[in-house]
Amino acid sequence: MAMLTPPPDTPAAIPSPLEVPPDGDAGAGGLTAVEAAELGLAPAQKPRSLLRRGWEVFAENKLALVSVGVVVFMILFCFVGPLIYQTNQVNTNLADYLCHPSGSHLLGCNDVGYDQLGRLMVGGQTSLEVGFAAAFVAVLFGTLYGAASGFIGGATDSVLMRIVDAGLSIPYIMVVIILSVVFHPNTLIMIFIIASFYWLGVARLLRGETLTLRTREYVQAVKVVGGSGFRAVTRHVVPNSIGTIIVQGTFAVADSILILAGLGFLGLGVQPPATDWGSMLSNGLTYIQSGTDYWWLIYPPGLAIIVTCIAFNFIGDALRDAFETRLQRR
Amino acid sequence: MRAGCGNRRRHDTHGPGRYRRGGRRDGCPVTGFLIRRIFQAIIVVIIVTVFTLLLVHLVPGGPIRALVGARASPEQIAYYNHLYGFDRPFYVQYWKWLSQLFHGNLGYSLKLNQSVASEIASKLPKTIVLVLLGTVVSLVFGIPLGIYQAVHRYTVGDYVLTGVSFVGYATPTFFIGILLVEWFSIHIHLFPAFAPQGDTVTAVLSQPRALVLPVIAYAFVLFALWSRFMRSSVMDNLVQDYVRTARAKGASERRVLWGHIFRNSVLTIVTLLGLELPVLVAGAIFIEVVFNYPGMGLAFYNAALADDFATLLGFTLIATLETIIGNLLADVGYAVLDPRVRYS
Repeated sequence: MAMLTPPPDTPAAIPSPLEVPPDGDAGAGGLTAVEAAELGLAPAQKPRSLLRRGWEVFAENKLALVSVGVVVFMILFCFVGPLIYQTNQVNTNLADYLCHPSGSHLLGCNDVGYDQLGRLMVGGQTSLEVGFAAAFVAVLFGTLYGAASGFIGGATDSVLMRIVDAGLSIPYIMVVIILSVVFHPNTLIMIFIIASFYWLGVARLLRGETLTLRTREYVQAVKVVGGSGFRAVTRHVVPNSIGTIIVQGTFAVADSILILAGLGFLGLGVQPPATDWGSMLSNGLTYIQSGTDYWWLIYPPGLAIIVTCIAFNFIGDALRDAFETRLQRR
Repeated sequence: MRAGCGNRRRHDTHGPGRYRRGGRRDGCPVTGFLIRRIFQAIIVVIIVTVFTLLLVHLVPGGPIRALVGARASPEQIAYYNHLYGFDRPFYVQYWKWLSQLFHGNLGYSLKLNQSVASEIASKLPKTIVLVLLGTVVSLVFGIPLGIYQAVHRYTVGDYVLTGVSFVGYATPTFFIGILLVEWFSIHIHLFPAFAPQGDTVTAVLSQPRALVLPVIAYAFVLFALWSRFMRSSVMDNLVQDYVRTARAKGASERRVLWGHIFRNSVLTIVTLLGLELPVLVAGAIFIEVVFNYPGMGLAFYNAALADDFATLLGFTLIATLETIIGNLLADVGYAVLDPRVRYS
């Protein structure tokens, strides 16, 4: 469970009101940060307490904890599941054409005889891989771009931000569709296609955050002691925006899964034999419109998408509360 | 614009802005803001057109390869490259292409044997019908329910509606469409599974039963968006000083809600409508594909399947210009409507 939550090393939350005042002091005292920065000790203490505080608030949110459980379950289901529930996802088997759910095929089969439950696992692997990786690439690039733009300021900032404006005004769905048509993507290319527009929003957000951070004493102090702008951004601006970054990253996973599903539905997602939840749905639509009730073709992948995305959205909301509370107490 | 300024100043004397940011009232800031904002929008348009032309060159083998097919000889490709001017420097191509755009020439789809502009002219009205109907339905439900949630926050009703909007956020538009088809046209034959077919807007509107499912599916995701924003916006406004003042002066709860809070909260939606245009476009594409609705989204999808880059790029350019104008109108509308906004 700990692998997805921000502070992996923190033990279970112990509500300890006694710990609040010292943390509060460390946060409020700009001086402490400046001194630490001068001594080159800055990062060690502060982010830790920040994450710990965040974790305490996060752990109080039962819905978020359940969501973390759901995400972990989905990961295990997709990546460990195929080891337990072994199915043939390589060779088609027309004898099992659209077979109903039964003891040997728990969720029935699709139109070429693949076991639907096994298909759900394989498709989920793609969906989750693309979701996480695209979110990571987009947030990483967007963060650096936005922080650099906001920190440098002036004409550079204007130019960089107009590029972001332009990118954001092209409807994202059209960009990803055209890129998919051009590249006939596999999983790796798909990650970059989705990230190629998602970073724009992150960049705009981080730029705003940087504009407020760059005037803080501890960031100014880096300049005073002769530190480079690169150091100020990577050691001070970005770590202090970590709340925004993590929250955005969480939402980005959900959004990426949805976009991949959309592309898959249009038949422009990852190319066969690979599949994802959206492609499975697209397959299902063909058959339910024929008038027969092939419920197992649409409900399992649809619910998988919805449940996973809701879980990530809940986690994102809880994280936002967690980090905002930190700001309020300061 | 001058008249607008005068109006706003009168409005100011009642509005909350007076107490929040009193100082900067000199001149008429909206005009300056408007000019700057339009200038920004023009720069964005230029960048977008450069992007779009670059996309043409992104096609493997160049734009001509997509046109003449994979088996064309190098001589043929060179011939067509020269014919269409793709062998010229980029800036020359850009300039020629741009001047064509100004003459309304968006390109020619060889797959459909039709100019992209005439394709848009025949498909856009039908898509506008779908988008307008869906957006209006979503606003009609989303705004009041968002207000209800904020007023009765942390009650069962609020939790249920919050749950619904979370599901709305996490559900792909096309899946809602699929479910509606499954429930309402396959299990009970209440509505047709396919959208109205027809070449004209009147033909589409003459089959209202067939429009029901596409519009509901389209509205659902937007509903989640509006109700969610309305809830948080009303909740923000509920704790503002001006609400306390209004209550202290003896205003009824109804007047506080509709006379003060509603007017301020609905501004959020005005901006959002402009900013969420890309979401509207995405919704249109998926809904049109699910229900086979004969609009721009379906045409875009068919173009994607047929590698018809002229159509893809022409449509993208038009949708992008609409988005830029939408953002511009949202910003300007916000500046005109909200007396607190002073862009400097």
